[in-house]
Amino acid sequence: MVCQECNEKPATLHFTNFSNGEKTELHLCERCAQEKGEMFLLSQGPINNFLQGLLNMDSPFQAKTKEPFQQESILQCEKCSMTFPKFIKVGRFGCSNCYETFRDQLVPVTRRLHSGNSTHIGKIPKRVGGTLQLQRNIASLKQTLSEHIDKEEFEAAVEVRDQIRSLEKELADERKGGE
Amino acid sequence: MSLERFINQAVSSWMSEDGPDSDIVLSSRIRLARNLLEFEFPTVASRDSSEAIINAVEERTISGIVPEFGPLELHKVDEIQPLQKRVLVEKHLISPHLAEHSMHGAFLLSENEEISIMINEEDHIRIQCLFPGLQLTECLKVANEVDDWLEEKLNYAFDEQYGYLTSCPTNVGTGLRASVMMHLPGLVITRQMNRILPAINQLGLVVRGIYGEGSEAQGNIFQISNQTTLGKSEEDIVEDLKGVVSQLISQERSAREALAKTLNIQLEDRVFRSYGILENSRIIETKEAASCLSDVRLGIDMGYIKNLSRSILNELMILTQPGFLQQYAGGPLRPDERDIRRAALIRERIRMETNQ
Repeated sequence: MVCQECNEKPATLHFTNFSNGEKTELHLCERCAQEKGEMFLLSQGPINNFLQGLLNMDSPFQAKTKEPFQQESILQCEKCSMTFPKFIKVGRFGCSNCYETFRDQLVPVTRRLHSGNSTHIGKIPKRVGGTLQLQRNIASLKQTLSEHIDKEEFEAAVEVRDQIRSLEKELADERKGGE
Repeated sequence: MSLERFINQAVSSWMSEDGPDSDIVLSSRIRLARNLLEFEFPTVASRDSSEAIINAVEERTISGIVPEFGPLELHKVDEIQPLQKRVLVEKHLISPHLAEHSMHGAFLLSENEEISIMINEEDHIRIQCLFPGLQLTECLKVANEVDDWLEEKLNYAFDEQYGYLTSCPTNVGTGLRASVMMHLPGLVITRQMNRILPAINQLGLVVRGIYGEGSEAQGNIFQISNQTTLGKSEEDIVEDLKGVVSQLISQERSAREALAKTLNIQLEDRVFRSYGILENSRIIETKEAASCLSDVRLGIDMGYIKNLSRSILNELMILTQPGFLQQYAGGPLRPDERDIRRAALIRERIRMETNQ
């Protein structure tokens, strides 16, 4: 088969597209496909189609391993009555509580959407975030502490230990003050 | 209204001012998505709760104390003429979604139009900073200031694991979208763009054209932005994007050098032919205008054209969009009428420069 674009080289890549029930086929050589690649990229559909595609990737495998009436299809957000199948369809949650309701199902979704990540490590709001920043600082210092101990750098370890103590005191004070 | 006055009123600072590397990077943008804890997301919210959001944000802004980044003015989408909405979208100050599909949509705008805060878009609050040239770090700094200022009085929906909670999980975490608009004619002419695009995609970045969902990036203008918003700090997201952008800048510069060496007279010919079309045509479509503007801008950057200012591309690519043309004409225009208007506006804009 000859490439449909240049009519010169043999077609090595074959694309099939279904839209409105109609099937269209495209046969291209590598060079033309690369040039068209830019076009494919720019004609991406709306984000929820994209999301739907990603989420549905799961279904053929899940169908094999799980019972047809699985618990998660009944799970519903208390606040906005969103269900997981509906979320997959529209690609949007109804309220912030949905993240709590679907926390477990969401981990593989966020991993796929965010190059393998499922935990936020960026900015923390000053007021609502409360003591989270302090807790994170303490956790990272504890990490440093054990590294120092492993390397037998005891003087540095003592310094870090004192820092942790003072932060833990700060944390305890904050918690008391907040109550 | 004279064209000069119209332009003065129409042009935002990101379109007319120079920024770092602004021969290649037209603008930098940072967007932060935020939601309020107590309310349903705008996609499902009731009228009452949407109104409550506007009131909550408005209350924050009329406290009487002008924040460090300057005063902000609130506008309600429902109270704006359709044509004006379109103009705001074309200037990238509000999103098409806010203009057309939001219920009780509103936005706050700073005087120089560098800061806009959309209310009741896909998320309750979307903070946007738009600067000329490559200024992502500066943009992020200002966006963070606006964010902190809002957070003093508003309860954000924030989760220890998932960070800032958003309506769509593609934005969750930092809620940050950083993007730059780049003019890359050198890479397109030398056919390197097709090779570079897939590589950029593999780095978790997205490339789009600015003229909508078209089949190609018109006017050789590409918008590059991050896709990952979770599991990376704001600073890292911005640094990673900046890294790719600097790579692209240096590749574009060397492509231009190579073009000057190998194609000198052909390139000069192409530039001046396009200049001739813009200076003389009586009917011009968006696509042709975009490609001629790109050639002329390249001609200015490479020193072939000396009597035009560089901002002409930024300005005209926005001013020749349908909304602007119709606003300048003072009413709706059919597509064929727009093509005539577009040609007239471009001719007049060039004459404004060469007469000075």
